[in-house]
Amino acid sequence: MSEPFLEIKGLEKSFGGLKAIADLSFSVPEGAIYAIIGPNGAGKTTLFNMLTSIYKPTSGDILFEGRSITGLAPYMLARLGIGRTFQNLQVFMNMTALENVMVGCHMKGNKGILAAALRLPSVLKEERRLRDGALKALEFCGLSGIADRPASSLPYGTLKKLEIARALAAGPRLLLMDEPAAGLNDTETMELAGLITQIRDSGVTILLVEHNMGLVMEISDRVLVLNYGRRLAEGTPRQVQMDPKVIEAYLGGGTD
Amino acid sequence: MRRLLGFYIFSAVVLILPVLFPDNYYVTVVGVTICQNVILAVSLNLLMGYAGQISLGHAAFYGLGAYTSAILTAKYGINPWLAMGAGAAGVGAISYLLSKPILKLKGHYLAMATLGLGIIVHIFLVQADEITGGPDGMSGIPALSIAGFPIDTDLRWYVVFAIFMLFCIWLSLNLVDSRAGRALEAVHGSEIAAQMVGIDTAQVKTHIFVFSTVIASVTGSLFAHQQSFVSPESFSFFFSIELVTMVVLGGLASVFGSVAGAVILSLLPEFLIVFEDFEVLIFGAILMVIMIFQPEGLFVAIRNRVTALLSRAGGEEAAPEA
Repeated sequence: MSEPFLEIKGLEKSFGGLKAIADLSFSVPEGAIYAIIGPNGAGKTTLFNMLTSIYKPTSGDILFEGRSITGLAPYMLARLGIGRTFQNLQVFMNMTALENVMVGCHMKGNKGILAAALRLPSVLKEERRLRDGALKALEFCGLSGIADRPASSLPYGTLKKLEIARALAAGPRLLLMDEPAAGLNDTETMELAGLITQIRDSGVTILLVEHNMGLVMEISDRVLVLNYGRRLAEGTPRQVQMDPKVIEAYLGGGTD
Repeated sequence: MRRLLGFYIFSAVVLILPVLFPDNYYVTVVGVTICQNVILAVSLNLLMGYAGQISLGHAAFYGLGAYTSAILTAKYGINPWLAMGAGAAGVGAISYLLSKPILKLKGHYLAMATLGLGIIVHIFLVQADEITGGPDGMSGIPALSIAGFPIDTDLRWYVVFAIFMLFCIWLSLNLVDSRAGRALEAVHGSEIAAQMVGIDTAQVKTHIFVFSTVIASVTGSLFAHQQSFVSPESFSFFFSIELVTMVVLGGLASVFGSVAGAVILSLLPEFLIVFEDFEVLIFGAILMVIMIFQPEGLFVAIRNRVTALLSRAGGEEAAPEA
């Protein structure tokens, strides 16, 4: 237990004069489900985009296992063991479910265009290996039955799970999930809660941005509450729920 | 091998045609043009249809290959195969260097940049007349021979082009059904999603750009030897547009879509010639009608319809449960 798994230090992001994130510090312990919540416009998405290098922070640092990853290209983050799912689905619609997840296995292979075009025996071997890996990830997410279906024919809830399967196939140690429950019905959300817990239990640390309070309070180990780009509270779901500042931010006191 | 069944049938047709009709104009003369257009369209489709990177400059690389072969063999007497290799290596190096700045661009900007590239190469071919022969072109390009066997008849050229075409189609079919091929489609589908599973999207684009332009270059070299003459007008940006049209007409991200697009667009003018002055008009009208009613491409639309029919005929077990 030398350094924290993921550590955010004095992170700041301004757009023009607006501070979307201000002086934010927190750390995510390994093996936890860590949730970030907050009212609309609290800066959750901005924070997420900085964690995956879509935005560059104005100042501050992001450390993964003690190493600064601020501004690293997203594919480099993936190679370090960070995966993500997207709020607005980024599934490859012209592929089958299995092929989508095989893309997730990209880092488990290394054969380039030339070898693939000539279909060398080593490529065939690699393909089989990637296929097996992808099938395992599909099975983990309960999607074995739809492996060969085109992604474009799958319902929304299944696509959300498919995206999780693709991210898992890459073998991440930290999985960032951007509003995984958005657009899901109650049954699907319950299934999702089970899946996320299962992922955590398999040894993947999870950082979750989520609107669905029920889900967050049920599965999270720790919760960070953001408001106006600042840290409002942090603690276990129980601690956070009791915090008067949090109650005020959500229910709106607004006397000042 | 179900995966390549279509390919084997197509190969059989391509190779049997000259046996059945060794003196047919459409097979040995138009056939060479068709093969060549198929190769160019299929290679462009890897970049455009699969990786989603439009190029309006594909003809430029085809031209650079042709001119490298023409100049090195006709002026300096270098072995045609060496010259072809030099062209391919040169084009590979150029497209590698260009890919860094150009493939950062997206959509219309990428289209503009590649369009500009095509025009620059064309201007160079026209203006640098001391090297290229200028607008009149260059003649006296020696014929090709394979291990002492000269390729000097229409029929022999047809066989050479057909075999190279089948080879390129085979390469493409292999590629698109592999890790590297899925990475191309991932770049097309969502760059950020591709990156988040560890795909270096810039590198993927560079590799496929080099791969597809090198194929174009080799095709250009073959063309130079077959014609024994090259001139800039064969490599103008109009030809690049025509290649893009072939890819789109057949259907993006389908190898045989590009094959179909190239065959149709190469044959159509031959059949429309009877309309004389109205040829171009009717040609344009046919393209418009196809694109309005089959925007996903002729080949892809037909394939999808057949697949849907087959799965319906295949019974209820294929019915989606959700």
